[in-house]
Amino acid sequence: MLSRLSSRNGHGMRARYSAFNLVRYGIGSGEWPRVWRDHGLKASYDVIIVGGGVHGLAVAYYLAADHGITNVAVLDKGYIGSGGSGRNTAIIRSNYLTPEGVRFYDRSVKLYERLAGELNFNVMFSQRGHLTLAHSDSSLRTMHWRAEVNKLEGIDSEVIGPQEIKALVPFMDTSESTRYPILGALYHPPGGIIRHDAVVWGYARAADALGVHIHQNTEVTGIDVTGGRVAGVRTDRGSIAAPVVVNCTAGWSTLISDMAGIDMPVTTSPLQAAVTEPVRPFLRPVIVSGTLHIYVSQTDRGELVFGASVDPFPSYSMRGSLEFTEELAGHILELMPSLASVRLLRQWAGLCDMTPDYSPIMGVTPVEGFYVDVGWGTYGFKAGPVAGETMAQLIATQKTPELIAAFGLERFARGALVGEKGAASVGH
Amino acid sequence: MGEGTARPDPGTAAIRVWRDYLYVRSNPAGWTTENWFHRAGCRRYFTVERHTVTNAVRDSRRPAAQTRTHDAEGISAGTERGPDAGPQ
Repeated sequence: MLSRLSSRNGHGMRARYSAFNLVRYGIGSGEWPRVWRDHGLKASYDVIIVGGGVHGLAVAYYLAADHGITNVAVLDKGYIGSGGSGRNTAIIRSNYLTPEGVRFYDRSVKLYERLAGELNFNVMFSQRGHLTLAHSDSSLRTMHWRAEVNKLEGIDSEVIGPQEIKALVPFMDTSESTRYPILGALYHPPGGIIRHDAVVWGYARAADALGVHIHQNTEVTGIDVTGGRVAGVRTDRGSIAAPVVVNCTAGWSTLISDMAGIDMPVTTSPLQAAVTEPVRPFLRPVIVSGTLHIYVSQTDRGELVFGASVDPFPSYSMRGSLEFTEELAGHILELMPSLASVRLLRQWAGLCDMTPDYSPIMGVTPVEGFYVDVGWGTYGFKAGPVAGETMAQLIATQKTPELIAAFGLERFARGALVGEKGAASVGH
Repeated sequence: MGEGTARPDPGTAAIRVWRDYLYVRSNPAGWTTENWFHRAGCRRYFTVERHTVTNAVRDSRRPAAQTRTHDAEGISAGTERGPDAGPQ
């Protein structure tokens, strides 16, 4: 593994980020070179990836870095990271409920841990701990269940009581007089937050350096399928031929799969989030409460980032709503009453492609050469690296990696669902 | 309750047809016909035509009495059966 890493590092970036180059470009003359380039559309590529978020760019990067497949195009209808990758709340963790989920997300945490060095890009991964609060006997029982599954898979995860929670988060109201008293929490020390834009830019820069073409503002309008095989895509800039097309479009994934004639067990719902003005650092771990439908973390700049559960009905609308903000604020104050005078800066929404079992849909489809890496619901960002690595392996070797064998599209026809009740903790 | 789907006969449907009915949705970005249940109010079932990008609603009505299909003709036939058709 280490030798593979060093070979990835040796790919000769045009301007490595280093102390030497900081002095050279900061004090000396000259500008930093462009981080990634624009290209004209080629008539054909070996692989076309639809969607320039963390998943699409990671698939492109690992295809090039691990398998030497560099004749690859990443298409995005907007700018890279403009969808879910730039709208999530940037939480990384692996304390899921199903063994399949735990193993999969653990690999992603491992890849995230060394991503900054591998990509030569500071992704600001801060493993500050992750607390999932339990306000009822039944959720405390689920926390114990998750902790035991986690420990069996070698994940650092345990249930702690109100006193220990208070020690970790002194501002939290852990008294018994609240509406929903805190009975305990699942504590996951390796969990944390990351700078999501930096992950997108880091993968884009590294993929570009390896020869991948990134085409922004290029919308796919159709997918050509002949004789049960994918032949290429049509875009608003022209047609491109390719034997492999990968759908990495999260909230819009149904629309892209429809173009290839593939029906998906997916509905799209918005998930709203908000951020406050910066305050001095006081909150170290990430806090999640399923009962209160919130999660909150404090960024390195001091802002508090809040997220909620998905909206109660499917929609492709990315507008926020006042009801959401009021409910969110009320629930935050239940946990931390001292935040009452902190002001919200802004709110937004991202689109989640929800599956019936809260697990992703990854792998082959009935159309040969058309792959999906979708169904990412509320947990897509944290899976970016492992999804990229395994999808690249699948495309290069034509064999489904063990880590994603449970997540195939055909599981719905077989009835072999992977009920991931550890997903996002707040959506259900 | 979500998008209207045609329910196959559970006695005769092939397992793939049944599982498609359970899980597959058309999930359009545009006009869609859905079944709703007004849980916090009148506790009635009704059918809504809603645009999933703008959330505009252009029609709501009692659901078709004898079919759960989202085929537009089936629904209008149900409406013509009169206001007492009621939920199934």
